Amino acid sequence: MIESHLSLLIVVLPLITAPLVAVFSRGRLAWALCTLVCWVVFVFAGWQLNNVLSGGVISYAMGGWAPPWGIEYRIDIANALVALIVSGIAAITLPYALHSVISEIPEKQHSLFYAAFMLCLTGLLGIALTGDIFNLFVFLEISSLSSYALISLGKKRQALTAAYQYLIMGTIGATFFLIGIGLLYAMTGTLNMADLSQRLPALFEHRTIHTAFAFIMVGFALKLALFPLHLWLPNAYTYAPTVVTVFLAATATKVAVYVMLRIIFSVFNFSMIADTPTDELLLLLCVIGILVMSIYAIYQKDSKRLLAYSSVAQIGYMMLGIAFGTMLGLTATLVHMFNHALMKGALFMAIGALVYRVGSSRLENFAGLGKQMPWTFAAIVIGGLSLIGVPGTAGFISKWYLVLAAIEKQNWFVVAVILLGSLLAVIYVWKLVEVLYFKRANEQDQSIPQAALVKEAPLMLLIPTWILVLANIYFGFSTDLTVGVAERAVDMLLPGTKE
Amino acid sequence: MELILGHYNYWLVIVIMMTGFYTVISHGNLIKKIVGLNIFQVSVFLLYISIGNVKDGAAPILEENISVYSNPLPHVLILTAIVVGVATTALGLALVVRIKEAYGTIEEDEIHNQDRSL
Repeated sequence: MIESHLSLLIVVLPLITAPLVAVFSRGRLAWALCTLVCWVVFVFAGWQLNNVLSGGVISYAMGGWAPPWGIEYRIDIANALVALIVSGIAAITLPYALHSVISEIPEKQHSLFYAAFMLCLTGLLGIALTGDIFNLFVFLEISSLSSYALISLGKKRQALTAAYQYLIMGTIGATFFLIGIGLLYAMTGTLNMADLSQRLPALFEHRTIHTAFAFIMVGFALKLALFPLHLWLPNAYTYAPTVVTVFLAATATKVAVYVMLRIIFSVFNFSMIADTPTDELLLLLCVIGILVMSIYAIYQKDSKRLLAYSSVAQIGYMMLGIAFGTMLGLTATLVHMFNHALMKGALFMAIGALVYRVGSSRLENFAGLGKQMPWTFAAIVIGGLSLIGVPGTAGFISKWYLVLAAIEKQNWFVVAVILLGSLLAVIYVWKLVEVLYFKRANEQDQSIPQAALVKEAPLMLLIPTWILVLANIYFGFSTDLTVGVAERAVDMLLPGTKE
Repeated sequence: MELILGHYNYWLVIVIMMTGFYTVISHGNLIKKIVGLNIFQVSVFLLYISIGNVKDGAAPILEENISVYSNPLPHVLILTAIVVGVATTALGLALVVRIKEAYGTIEEDEIHNQDRSL
């Protein structure tokens, strides 16, 4: 009974929870229910991935209306993996949220905060699972609208302008996507992705299809913050409450990358990109994005902003794999989606623990805290190593596959860029380490707590952080779940390229 | 001439779309930006409605003697998109109210100056 409706339950459970917790007057109760639901959804997502791995693609007809007329949820290995990432990060973020939310958000808004969080989760899971392109737009807007609201809850007033800026850019992106869908529908008469992929190849020469493709690409490039359309991201990540930053950084952009993957390889196919200059353009933007954004990250004075710029650079790595369009490239993209969720989740959580104790995310206020908060500091070091791509961490695996993909393409320039990007990552991670461990605490400034008086972060913050940190190490050695699953997913996305 | 008159609704869509898009980009006033965003979205609604029209098609109500109907699906889709647009506008305006309370202005450059002087 449950098994046949898994696809539905994963999306609907958080959706029902959202209005339910919104009427709770006590934040703690709302938190408890949300945490429970998230773990249930996480278990379901794992169960579903297992089903897909053993039994092949699952097609779920929403409300019993047969596809392609009704909305179809079509779950293959790629989106089962994405659903697992999203629900997993949500399940780990919520235990962390309890203390962090109490310290950063006024009490009467707590239950509303959790309601918006659940809506955002609904949207992201919906995007991952749906097989209907218009349904995807609706879920995209559900997740976007709730994330604008979540970001605006940040303590500083800049959070409001950041949310506003994101709202304008996000809506433009989503509307572009909507235009693209409209044009596709006008040409093919269908909204079902599997159906679209059947009908589109005959129409590839048509100019309307090219226009639709361009609108969808630009729209999603805005959503996933591909350089140079990333302008909303640094502010949004810097001023949002820590929990929101952790959750969005680890999931929202990943889901957008997944949609890009799905649109390019499942709805259209790669020959469409290879015929147009899209792949060269993507490659160029990724390369510039990786280098410029890494350099920007080095010069930041705020730890969250530093990591935000690093995120934009990392998105460049993910899109590189798509631009290659090869087996290895796509494997690298999927693996990096998974691994980057782990490392950025861990890093933002550790920074959040510092913010919890100090009340500010500016680097100068972190001086000398490494000795006072050794566990948090160690988490930042290991997360940072993973971000750089040191062997033995998850980050190494994805960089390795990416470099292999570039070598396979004989693109030595990109190989050099990936390595240079890693070197730049060494510098900005070192900046964090230097401030935390080697800098003397600033004794004069009275506005921040004295470093000597700061205690280690509470266990409720440390345990989720360390779960992600340990996952970073675990997936650096055991690649069955990441690379193994990703390779099988790519097999399906790129039929006929298996050697 | 056929290209212009035959597709006048699509030309209209493009004009409205660019008007809205330009307003969003060029205006520094936060309310005007949202107005621009709305105009931009309205053009997409028109695009969808134009797509649904079938030449010589009747309204999609089952009747005798009629065999060609307009396609009602784009209209249904756009109802959803209108709801999304309303939600976005409401949230955007709510944010503007909060920004006005926090900064005392809704001009983008003044907000920018206030943040920089801190």
